[in-house]
Amino acid sequence: MIHARGLTKTYTLKKTSVDAVRGVDLDVEPGQLVAFLGPNGAGKSTCLRMLTGLLPPTSGTARVAGHDVTTEAAAVRARIGYIGQKGGAGEAFRIGDELVTQGRCYGQTRREARSRAEELLTVVGLDGLFARKPSTLSGGQRRRLDIALGLMNRPPLLFLDEPSTGLDPASRADIWSHILRLRADHGTTLFLTTHYLEEADTMAERVVVIDQGRIIADGTARGLKADLAGDRLTVTLHDPADVPRAAELAAGLPGAAEIAADGPRLTLRVAAADRALPELLRALDTAGLKAEAAESSRPTLDDVFLALTGRTIRDEDA
Amino acid sequence: MPFLRDTATIFSREFAPVWRDPLSLVFTMAQPLLFLYLFGPLLEQGTATPGPAWQWFVPGILIMMCLSGPLMAGYFLLLDLIGGSMERLLVTPVSRTALLVGRTLKEFVVLLAQSVLIIGLAVPLGLDLHVPGMLTGLTLLVVFGVGLGGLSFVLAIVSAPGGELFYGITQVVMFPLLLLSGVLLPVENGPGWLQTAAALNPVTYVVEAERALFAGRFLDAPVVGGVAAAVVTALLGLHLARRRMARGL
Repeated sequence: MIHARGLTKTYTLKKTSVDAVRGVDLDVEPGQLVAFLGPNGAGKSTCLRMLTGLLPPTSGTARVAGHDVTTEAAAVRARIGYIGQKGGAGEAFRIGDELVTQGRCYGQTRREARSRAEELLTVVGLDGLFARKPSTLSGGQRRRLDIALGLMNRPPLLFLDEPSTGLDPASRADIWSHILRLRADHGTTLFLTTHYLEEADTMAERVVVIDQGRIIADGTARGLKADLAGDRLTVTLHDPADVPRAAELAAGLPGAAEIAADGPRLTLRVAAADRALPELLRALDTAGLKAEAAESSRPTLDDVFLALTGRTIRDEDA
Repeated sequence: MPFLRDTATIFSREFAPVWRDPLSLVFTMAQPLLFLYLFGPLLEQGTATPGPAWQWFVPGILIMMCLSGPLMAGYFLLLDLIGGSMERLLVTPVSRTALLVGRTLKEFVVLLAQSVLIIGLAVPLGLDLHVPGMLTGLTLLVVFGVGLGGLSFVLAIVSAPGGELFYGITQVVMFPLLLLSGVLLPVENGPGWLQTAAALNPVTYVVEAERALFAGRFLDAPVVGGVAAAVVTALLGLHLARRRMARGL
């Protein structure tokens, strides 16, 4: 559905050139749900804008929905939907009129566009609001309207740029239910950017991590976490003096790494915490060291990003 | 033809708010209406204008609308650029040129409707109708307006996403252009430097041409100058807008 090779984008801002995207290769098969993850300024939106034909690449090629984005832009445009970061409906217009305009831009007749608009307003739970203006809608309703605008042409491939940013948790969950239903009902290929790590983690079957214009990781959330971050164990010992001895024992665990002591606390990374924790406790017991508390935590995608770059995604959001 | 269909699509999008609320036409022309009723009578009493006052003043009001209307076209485009609706339209296969032509067409229709309204209101005040001249004058007005609209689109595009440049330039440029064109009072009575400045202002020529046409004088020298100024503005505006659109938004 998407085949990009060596995609780059260089901007010239105030006479200095900025490499926003530096050589992205990407293949997305039909029906996949891919989350494009990275800190602000990583090049997510720029990539998306190139794949949707909004921005000509500086170099490289991309075939999207079977056509080249540069030489066959019109064919690509007819087959994709795009939901941008900013609201798609103009403030001066009735929301139904905007949907009809959108349909007609895809070559639908007024009648076709009108019936598709009514249908989609029902799908996204905005039925009866055809004659309203966007300013009268809530944040969640506006986002659902954006989704409807992106679906007017029944695209087999839908791009979503930060679809749930700025929404309250209930609206976010609601938007996600719409996105997932699209996929279940129509097999739509979904390619979305997000900086909500939990969303990428729980919703996407494939996570592509981008940083400083390059793809630095690509896989399932579970796979990335197991390969790149691992689980964490924290054991608190009764006597801080026992910590060095406990650290030696911990080093023998499968996949043990990043062993660190902090007062009476010992932290380390292991391959599988569920197996390692009982083993460590048994070893401590056998050695006569008394553990007061023990906990294990699964890694987050932020840990993955930290492991890859030494920085966290959240730091850069702040 | 996709281009014509797309132009019709964009025109009907832009025109729908006016169609649904025709009174907005009158509100957006509040300023020219105020000039017509609160300033026009002052000219009628005095001896400031060469020839009959209404014949002299009404073409000026039309030019005033012609300057503010297309500027608003850029403003609406800027709003769509700052929000996400322009981007949303650009993702569709809609013709890029149609995105601007459709908008221009709407300003066209609005400008014509408002001009006809002003003329209709001025007749009872004492404007003599020279229909062929007036129709030619309106055509000239529309040609000039298309050019200004194009320039205003380019300004809006280069000002996005902030928009400060657009507001700044329109504020700074609008009034000098208007005052230096002799729309309100004849420039001929002013000091030499002001007359020179007016002679450099393309709007001056269009105003003079409109006055000649509204008096039914087709073959006056100012008509040639006005047509030239309007056509050059239109070509320049359309050329720059097309070139800017080709570079992508």
